[in-house]
Amino acid sequence: MSVVDESLDQAARDTTARLRFDGLSMVFPDGTHALEDISFSVAPGEFTTVVGPSGCGKSTLLRIASGLERGYTGGCDVDRDSIGYVFQDATLLPWRTVQRNVELNAELHHVDKDERQRRAAKAIELVNLTGHEDKYPKQLSGGMKMRCSLARSLVLNPGVFLFDEPFGALDEITREFLNNELLRLFALEKFAALFITHSIAEAVFLSTRVLVMSARPGRIIGDYEVPFGAERPHDLRFEPAFAELCGRINDDLKGAHA
Amino acid sequence: MTTVDDVGSATALPEAAIDDETGAPATRVAPVKRAGDGFLGRFLPPAIMFAIFIGVWYLYSTLAFDQAFQRRNALPYPHEVVVDGFLPLWDPRQGTREIMGYMWPTIKVTLLGLGISIVVGVCIAVVMNMSRYFERAIFPYAVVAQTVPVLAITPLLTQVFGDKLGVRLAVVFLIAVFPIITNTLFGLQSTDRLHHDLFTLNKAGRWTRLWKLELPTALPALMTGIRIASGLAVIGAIVADFFFNQGDKGIGFFIRVRQQKAADRPDMLAGTITASLFGVVMFLIVGAITARAIRDWHDSANHG
Ligand SMILES: Nc1ncnc2c1ncn2[C@@H]1O[C@H](COP(=O)(O)OP(=O)(O)OP(=O)(O)O)[C@@H](O)[C@H]1O
Ligand SMILES: [Mg+2]
Repeated sequence: MSVVDESLDQAARDTTARLRFDGLSMVFPDGTHALEDISFSVAPGEFTTVVGPSGCGKSTLLRIASGLERGYTGGCDVDRDSIGYVFQDATLLPWRTVQRNVELNAELHHVDKDERQRRAAKAIELVNLTGHEDKYPKQLSGGMKMRCSLARSLVLNPGVFLFDEPFGALDEITREFLNNELLRLFALEKFAALFITHSIAEAVFLSTRVLVMSARPGRIIGDYEVPFGAERPHDLRFEPAFAELCGRINDDLKGAHA
Repeated sequence: MTTVDDVGSATALPEAAIDDETGAPATRVAPVKRAGDGFLGRFLPPAIMFAIFIGVWYLYSTLAFDQAFQRRNALPYPHEVVVDGFLPLWDPRQGTREIMGYMWPTIKVTLLGLGISIVVGVCIAVVMNMSRYFERAIFPYAVVAQTVPVLAITPLLTQVFGDKLGVRLAVVFLIAVFPIITNTLFGLQSTDRLHHDLFTLNKAGRWTRLWKLELPTALPALMTGIRIASGLAVIGAIVADFFFNQGDKGIGFFIRVRQQKAADRPDMLAGTITASLFGVVMFLIVGAITARAIRDWHDSANHG
């Protein structure tokens, strides 16, 4: 179940979409040293997750990648033709219904009305908000808002997809359900994903690669290839290999706080 | 009971999760029920206040004047105001019909002036919001429009706007536009930073941003501004009649002329009461319209 038809899909997406940081550092004008010497790249079909302590610069890294934040030093090379960005908050427009919120990105990209309504309907179905199209954000629960926000960024078939703790505020069941949906989507669309989370299990479950960041200034202090294949059944979470990898990342994180 | 295993294989969210979520908003959206929301609770308190007010009026009129003619020429009893001021109801040259004849020009000036204030005020706020320099350049003059004693500069206004409809609208505009400007500007500037980021990511231009983000954000504040301005517009329309003699004369003119002869005191009070009622009606209608405009999505629309 892709958001757009397969045919349209291929045309709309730039298959060379990618993201590369090269010795990237960031010091804010007020002197806050947020990031230090970050180097890694994400190719299409790669799902890279960054875990790290609160305030270490993860959101800043995404903002730099998206082009929202400037003033960094070092290299940052991102294909921004079709970028998807799920913010830490849902950031829905309160005067728009669910349907019109999901259409927003497509609307701002001048996708014509029929087409964007069709894509929005599919995205809404995908995040399981069908039946709530005419509700306003104030009528939604926190989880529904987040799903609406996710649907909004799906509509553009991004080649680079940035996720800033999108499921952090959700209950465990909804979160795991959306993790599966995201994996299915990823297998289908093969975008380059840069994902941020506080949950180590979520990081390992979703990713092809997990990076651990230190406390501020954020540096990469751990780098793990995730050995599991594209097919990730739910009970993967209970495999010894899964637990073992989580444990190693956890140890790194403990070091990060020290 | 939904077990964890169900979720792994499910293609849809477990029912429980959806039900929880659809059930919750209904209670969240429902207006907070406070004591005194019933019919009696709503209308009894103002009715009692009205009775007290009328009572005090009778008391004061009785105690302050020894002779009936003194009282009638200074502060007649409420029933005298009704009989001598509002009656007869249907004679075009006196009573209620005459007062209403003076009300129409006042209503026209109020609504037109308010409309102009809203349109021009929003445009000024939009310009001020475009750059800090515009804001700094314009803001002092918006404040001056608010603080200048409009009545002191009537000769100047007559010079520029004549002494008919134009100058009356100018007076209304000068005192009603300020709350429109400040509220709209505040609304435009309180746009969420993340919403701006969202529009930046989607490469939205300045006008798209204004139209689809900043103006909707400012709408609730603008509505507050319009409510305040509507009261000021009524005052402006009436006060203008005190200074300009040409053009369609409004209720202010009626009141002013009746002030000059003590015998006309009931008429004067009847005119004043009608003008005040108009202010109240304006406030209620504008309040209802502005609340309706943002009812569906704004939190404040749940109250009152
Ligand atoms: N515009 C800014 N100016 C100055 N300092 C900033 C700015 N934005 C963020 N910071 C600082 O940079 C650091 C990193 O912030 P960032 O939001 O990237 O953290 P984070 O890793 O996303 O944290 P969390 O997990 O809590 O979301 C913080 O110390 C924050 O205070
Ligand atoms: Mg963050």
